Amino acid sequence: MSPILVAEGLHKRFGAVTAAADINLAFDDRTVVSLIGANGAGKTTFLNMVTGYVRPDRGQIKFDGRPLVGLAPRAITRFGISRSFQVPQLFPSLSLRENLLVAEGIAGAAKEADAMLDRFGLGPYADRPAGLLPEGIRKLLDVAMALVGRPKLLLLDEPTSGVAADEKFGIMDLVMGAASQVVVLFVEHDMDIVARYATRVIAFYDGRVIADAPPDEALRAAEVRRYVIGDEVRHAPA
Amino acid sequence: MRRALLLAAAGVIALAGVATAWAAPQWLVFLLTLALAKGVVVLGLLLLMRTGLVSFGQGLYFGLGAYAAALLGHWGGVADAALMLLAGTAAAVLTAALLGLLLAQYRAIFFAMLSLALSMILYGALVKSSALGSTDGFNLHAKSFAGVALAAGTERRVLLAAAVLAVAVAAWLLHRLLASHWGRLSAAIRDNELRVDYLGASVYGVVYVNYVIAGGLAGLGGGLAALAVGHVDPDITYWTTSGEFVFIAVLGGTGNVIAPFLSAAVFEGLRTLASQFAPNVWQMSLGLAMLAIIMFLPAGLWSLGKRQGKAA
Repeated sequence: MSPILVAEGLHKRFGAVTAAADINLAFDDRTVVSLIGANGAGKTTFLNMVTGYVRPDRGQIKFDGRPLVGLAPRAITRFGISRSFQVPQLFPSLSLRENLLVAEGIAGAAKEADAMLDRFGLGPYADRPAGLLPEGIRKLLDVAMALVGRPKLLLLDEPTSGVAADEKFGIMDLVMGAASQVVVLFVEHDMDIVARYATRVIAFYDGRVIADAPPDEALRAAEVRRYVIGDEVRHAPA
Repeated sequence: MRRALLLAAAGVIALAGVATAWAAPQWLVFLLTLALAKGVVVLGLLLLMRTGLVSFGQGLYFGLGAYAAALLGHWGGVADAALMLLAGTAAAVLTAALLGLLLAQYRAIFFAMLSLALSMILYGALVKSSALGSTDGFNLHAKSFAGVALAAGTERRVLLAAAVLAVAVAAWLLHRLLASHWGRLSAAIRDNELRVDYLGASVYGVVYVNYVIAGGLAGLGGGLAALAVGHVDPDITYWTTSGEFVFIAVLGGTGNVIAPFLSAAVFEGLRTLASQFAPNVWQMSLGLAMLAIIMFLPAGLWSLGKRQGKAA
C-alpha cells in the first residue's frame, strides 16, 4: 500500500531557529501517529507545513500523490486534510450547533452536524455560545468541526492541553472513536496519552526527527528520554 | 408559525407604507422616502457588519446610484423613475464588483479607511467636473414610472410606494440570506477567519460578494434619494454622508433587517426636529442621541424591542 502522506526533504528556518531540517516522513492509511518533542522542536511547524499555513523553504509534501506546497489551507482542506488547534479555533458568538453547521455547510456534508453532536455528546451544550463553553467542550468542538467534512487525514495539535487531568482520557476516547476511519497525527506532551493511543511515535528535536518507531520502542530510545521526556524518564513505563 | 407572523407583519407594513404614500402630507412622504433610501444603504452596511467590516465609504455607491439615475435623464433623455433606479443600482453593482476585488483583501481600519478614500476620490472628481455641475450639481425629474406617466403632484407619492415595495423585497431577500448558511458563514468570518479558511471556504469570496451586495443596495438608495430630492450634488458622496450611514447602523443595531429602516426613520425625524427647534446645534442634538444609544442601548434601537419581548 502506498503511503497517503509523504514529506520529502523539508527544511524551514525562522530567523536563527531551525524548525525543520531535512524531514523525510511517510504515513500509511489507518494509523495513529503521535508527534512528540519539547517546545520549539518542530512538531507544530510540521503540521503547519502540511496544512499550508507555513511554506517550507525547501522540500515537498504529497498527499494522495498530489503536491501540497504552495497551496492555500482551504485548498488543502478540500483534498481531505483537516486539523484542530492547540487553542481551539471556534466562532465564539455562534452557538455550538451553529459552529458545526458552518462546518457542515462548507463541506456540503448534510446531517453531519447532528451526527457530531451525538458522537461527541455535545447535545446539552448545543445552544450555548461557543465563547462561553468549558475548555474540554471547546476542545471537543474544535475536533468535531474538523471531522464534519469527513477528512482522510486528521491533524490534532495538543488535543488535551489545557484540559483537567481526569478529563484527558475521556476526551481522547471520544476523539479516537470518532476518527477511527482516518489517519490521525496528533501532537502531544502527555506520554501516557501517547503510549495509550498512538501506533507510531515520531520524536522531534531541534527540527530533526530523532525517533520514529512504535510507542514502546520510541519512548525507550535514549535520545527521546534525554531530549523529550527529560526527568520523566524515571517514571516512564517499562 | 413565526415565519407566517413575520411575513404577515411585513405585508401589513408594506401595505401601510403604500397607503401612507397616498394619504400622508407631502413633507411626511418626502421624509419617509428619504428614510427608506438611507435605510436600504444601511441594510447593506448591516451585511458588511455581520461579516465584521465597517465601511466608511458607502457614500461612493450612494453617490454613484444617484448620479447614474440623474445622468440617465440628463444625458440619456430617459425620465422613467424605474429605469433610473435600475441604472443607479447597476452602476453601483458594477463599480463594487471592480473595487471589491481590491477591498475584499483588507480588514478592520484598513478596509474602513480605504473605502472612505475611494468615496473621496469620487467626491473630488465630481467637484472638479463642470459637465456634471461641479459643486452645484444638477436637477432631475421623473415623468413616468415603469412606462406609466405620472400625473402632476403624484410623483413623490408614487416614488414612496415604489420605495416601500423595493426595500421590502430587498429586506426580505437579505433576511433570507442572513438566515441561510451564507449568513452563518459571514458571522463566522467576523469571529474567526483562520478557522473558516481551514474548514475549506474562501473568506475573500464571501467578503467580495457581500461587498458587492452592499454596494448595490447603496446604489438603489442613492437612486431613490436623488429622485426624492430631485437634485444631485457632490455632497452625497462626501465622507460625512458615509458617516451618517454608519451612525444610522449603530443607532439601529445589526440584529434584524427591519432595524436599519427603523433607525433611518428615527434619524430623519430627529434631524428634522433638531433643525427646526435647535437650528444652531442640531448636530449636537444628534450627537447626544448617539451618546444615549451607546450608553443605554449598545446593541441599538432594535434591542429595545427584544427587551420588551422578553419582559412580556
